[in-house]
Amino acid sequence: MGTDEELLAALVSDLGSGFETLVLAYQDRLYAFALRLSGSFADAQEMAQDALVRAYRALLTYPPERIGVLHLRAWLFQITRNVYRNRVRNQQLQRVPLEEWMRTEQAPCSLRTTEGADAWAIRAERRRELTLLLGRLPERQRSAVILRHVMGLGYDELAAALHEPIGTAKSDVHRGIRTLRTLMQEANDGEAD
Amino acid sequence: MAKLTDTAERAAQARPGGDMSRARAARTLLRDLRDLGEVRAPRGLRALVTAQTGGVPDQFFALPTPLGAVWVAYSAEGISAVGQEASAAEFAEYVRRMRGRLAQHTATPPARLVASLERHLAGASATPLRLDLRGLAPFECAVLHKALEIPWGEVRPYHWIAREIERPKAVRAVGTALARNPIPLFIPCHRVVRGDGHIGNYGLGGRSAKQRILAAEGVDSDRLERLARAGVRYLGSDSTDIFCYPTCRHARRVTEPHLVTFRSADAARDAGYRPCKLCRPAAAAA
Repeated sequence: MGTDEELLAALVSDLGSGFETLVLAYQDRLYAFALRLSGSFADAQEMAQDALVRAYRALLTYPPERIGVLHLRAWLFQITRNVYRNRVRNQQLQRVPLEEWMRTEQAPCSLRTTEGADAWAIRAERRRELTLLLGRLPERQRSAVILRHVMGLGYDELAAALHEPIGTAKSDVHRGIRTLRTLMQEANDGEAD
Repeated sequence: MAKLTDTAERAAQARPGGDMSRARAARTLLRDLRDLGEVRAPRGLRALVTAQTGGVPDQFFALPTPLGAVWVAYSAEGISAVGQEASAAEFAEYVRRMRGRLAQHTATPPARLVASLERHLAGASATPLRLDLRGLAPFECAVLHKALEIPWGEVRPYHWIAREIERPKAVRAVGTALARNPIPLFIPCHRVVRGDGHIGNYGLGGRSAKQRILAAEGVDSDRLERLARAGVRYLGSDSTDIFCYPTCRHARRVTEPHLVTFRSADAARDAGYRPCKLCRPAAAAA
């Protein structure tokens, strides 16, 4: 699909077609981030769309020198996160019933369709539970954990995307993971009782 | 797992004994988290983004005007930008930055569009131009639409616009919105002048350009400034007892023997005059 450097070069030489390539390269990742951040399929689609349109509008106003040195990955995740935070602030998020959730997680948005139906059901259930647990983290920790461990960002990228110092980004990830494990422990203990 | 920097990763290092299950749990957590990213965007997403971003770039061409040649950009919605940049490339850059849109030069603009623009410049058109103001703030749009109401060959002060759009205190913001007018000449920000009667500044070539374009519309800016220096803000007719802005077509019809001058709207009212309903030099009396 091309590295970020190639994408930036394409954007500088022809914004229109370069952006098409960018959408292809990033739509899945931004959607995944939006989905795990919001926990809602409908919201995630709108958020990813919003973020890409905003990115395009911003790129139009940037001089080529600035586009050339963009940290593309961190920048796009940062825009997506801002879209999410604006929606929370404006109370624009939709509430999705859990059954809906389950159904959509099983829809063919998954990469691996070769798995058996049973295996997939288990996996979908695990995803659903984990996403719900993520939803209980404070937004900053949630963003940090998702960007680091779901999207696989390095800490320097993470810090750029969260717009905070590396030390703070690291501690957000650690605290988030710790809380997540406590929550899982509680859930397991609850089941055992 | 070369760098073990995460709490979870560190815990995932299997230690002997009772920590085994915790370590496994931590590894599982990381694996499950990674799995959450294995998602594809819905099929329609790309099309929705393209519908909002892509599409057809604006076209632009050079048009002769009383201020010399200007670039005029248009989209399917209407005129989107006007400027006097030195080259086509610079104007395309300006459109990109100011309006957030791509624009490309065309040597063959639609003849009907050119004819319609020429009629507007000559004050000979009754049909409003189609304008593309998408993306502007509501306040800016309100100011620009109000400026469009000022007839060819007449001028109004900034505070007139502020009052008419019901933001009487926002005179300075009106000035800013007009200074950022993306479609000068056709949205006639040149017909907006200072409250004290001086013609004020102009983005498309400064004060002298403003004088020239007003002169092309038959506005005598020297006379306006002479009146202003004499403290005259309004003209009235002693046969109708109506007062107007000096450039209002009603004021221009008044013959010399019947012409009365006023320093303020209050002075005119005190003299028993009412504001003209066409140029609305003051809010109608309650």
